[in-house]
Amino acid sequence: MKITTVVRGAVACATALALAMPAFAQDKKTSIKVGFVTFLSGPAAGPFGVPAKMAAEAIVESLNAGKAPAPYQSKGFGGIPIELVIIDEAGGATKQVSEYRTLVQRQEVDVVIGYIGSGDCLAVAPVAEELKKLTVLVDCGTPRIFEDASYRYVFRTRPHATMDAVAAVLYLLDNRPAVKRVSGINQNYAYGQDSWNDFEATIKTLKPGVEIISSQMPKFGAGQYGAEISALISSAPDVIHSSLWGGDLEAFMLQAQPRDLFKNSQLVLVAGEPYLHRLPGKIPDGTIVGARGTNGVFAPDSAHKRWLTEIYKAKVGIDPNYPAYSTAEAFLGVKAAFEKAMRQKIGAATPMGAAKNVKEEMEKAYAPPNQDEIIAAFEKLSFESPSGRVNMSLGKGHQAVMGTAYGTTRTENGVVKVGNIKYYDAERVTPPEGMTSLDWIKSGMKRSK
Amino acid sequence: MSHLIAVLIDGTIYASWLFVIAVGLTLIYGVMKILNIAHGSLYALGAFTAVTFCNAWFAHGYPALGSFAMLGLAAIAVGLVAGPVIERGLLRFMYGKDEVVLVLVTYALFLILEDVIKLVWGVDPLFVQGPNGESPYALLGNFEISGLNYPNYSLLLIGVAVATGAALTWVLTRTKAGKLLIAVIHDREMSAALGIDVGRTYFVTFTVGAMLAAVGGALTAPTVSVVTGMGAEVIVVAFAVVVIGGLGSLPGAALGAFIVGMVRAASIHFAPELELFSVYLVMAVVLIVRPKGLFSGAEVRKI
Repeated sequence: MKITTVVRGAVACATALALAMPAFAQDKKTSIKVGFVTFLSGPAAGPFGVPAKMAAEAIVESLNAGKAPAPYQSKGFGGIPIELVIIDEAGGATKQVSEYRTLVQRQEVDVVIGYIGSGDCLAVAPVAEELKKLTVLVDCGTPRIFEDASYRYVFRTRPHATMDAVAAVLYLLDNRPAVKRVSGINQNYAYGQDSWNDFEATIKTLKPGVEIISSQMPKFGAGQYGAEISALISSAPDVIHSSLWGGDLEAFMLQAQPRDLFKNSQLVLVAGEPYLHRLPGKIPDGTIVGARGTNGVFAPDSAHKRWLTEIYKAKVGIDPNYPAYSTAEAFLGVKAAFEKAMRQKIGAATPMGAAKNVKEEMEKAYAPPNQDEIIAAFEKLSFESPSGRVNMSLGKGHQAVMGTAYGTTRTENGVVKVGNIKYYDAERVTPPEGMTSLDWIKSGMKRSK
Repeated sequence: MSHLIAVLIDGTIYASWLFVIAVGLTLIYGVMKILNIAHGSLYALGAFTAVTFCNAWFAHGYPALGSFAMLGLAAIAVGLVAGPVIERGLLRFMYGKDEVVLVLVTYALFLILEDVIKLVWGVDPLFVQGPNGESPYALLGNFEISGLNYPNYSLLLIGVAVATGAALTWVLTRTKAGKLLIAVIHDREMSAALGIDVGRTYFVTFTVGAMLAAVGGALTAPTVSVVTGMGAEVIVVAFAVVVIGGLGSLPGAALGAFIVGMVRAASIHFAPELELFSVYLVMAVVLIVRPKGLFSGAEVRKI
């Protein structure tokens, strides 16, 4: 009782002091605490989690130093430095929900950025809503987050996975219109099944005569693919679709390549980009690869792309892959929303002299925007990122929409390069607002604009 | 017909792999009544050590065929170091405790070893691969049956599985040490009273069991990307195999591995959507008919 009173008194004093200070908001709020959640261990750590973490650290250092290109040149978020709290995403959805609560309630972060696993995103989003904490999803693919529900506090600054499947089919049919027999190998969990279902539905819609020969669904983390490879070889498909990633993709490629699976079958890796430098000699020439958006090798040249490449390379030594780009989209999205909210407040402030409480009004206008103001600014926001312009136009302004690209691999001097890159705009590969992905695909995929 | 041949070959290869990873688990349970969850970590340790040894071998530019010796050496090294350390340093204080307590102890050990692996090798996936892309997996070439290419490495796996099974059977049934071991399995206290060094028997058994786990890991390493968490995946499927065959039974592990391998291969070829389910269907059916597994012996009731 006594202690509470003392604490309360101290807080009151501090608040009073802070309010009495005739200065701008920055002095009151010394930092903005960002909880960043990504895989630091397990199979998703190497290709996704660790690059995302490295990118987050590099981005925060650069933003805090005010070294990002326009319009992001102000320090931190609106002049307030960013403080990172990094959490491991490993352990499953239940664990992540309790980790999320710890982040918000005990660590008292101002915003949570992160999540790679679709299962984690689906589990955390309702909790974000319950705790009323601004949460920006970085990389998870499932379209169901904003198609099956509506959120006020949750945003996703990268497009969802439907466009990966739709663009993969468009690219395939552009380059190989005679394709007849298609098989798939995908992991038996949310993302693997969504990927295959979208791909299958799209190719059936766009090329009704195509024969779906088999869909292999090995267990997540199975490791041994001998029988699947035999089944794929003996069914002799023209094209094999795969959304495998991480250790599973690497094991599959290691086991499939010596067995000549790809001699007669072309491989489509919808999330293959992060592995190009990891599997030299194991990714056959002519493989169609995507980066789940215009990321990495697909990103058009811009000041923002050069910035990310430079700061990431300085830290890690190699070019950033797509999870690093997704991380940049999330941080720049929050920064853009924060600073837009700030400008709007100042712009809306009472003109000097017109009102009575000028000092109070000015202080209020220059205080950092609160969460509701940031959210209002974030909805339907359009901002620049290293992978191009991001439009938050789906999910009532909470889900990003971007174009995407696919390319074909060829090996030059032991390095896997991507050529024959084709771009697809957002309207062509994304369903319109209010329509679920599968319905849109089955209805013939009308351009959403 | 060619489908059936493919199922048979794929099933045999997978069954061999299953047997190699499961046999150590069932051996330790049979003798010591410990369901060793840390078996998965020992498997992972074998794989990580194999990567380190093989890649060092390649980096020195030694002849690539020697990498097979490195795989074996890695397994032996892990068995000889980790086995005695775990048995002497931890498990011997736990003997006589409830089986459930021992499961918890080995589970704790599993969690600790997972983190030890992270500390030593980091979280990036690793490959067994030399500077010029040499790998034991591709080194041996392929053989072809009814239009399908199979790596000869798989034959090596089958060979190791058969040799392991044969060697263990021979030791258990034809040697004095094996007979003493069977006495310990049947009645630990009576064996001790008759002068059998039970402590030593346990020590040797656990070391051999640990080595078998490491052999599984070392042989798997060239075919996958070696990554933290790989042990957790293995312990589940090894446990399923061992339960189907009967906990602690050597022929049970062999038959369990064979059944699971065949069922899985058949479902992948004929009904891929059932693959995940098929293994557990087999397990459920077996446990309904024989709740203690196919080869469980009658329990001796003690007063």
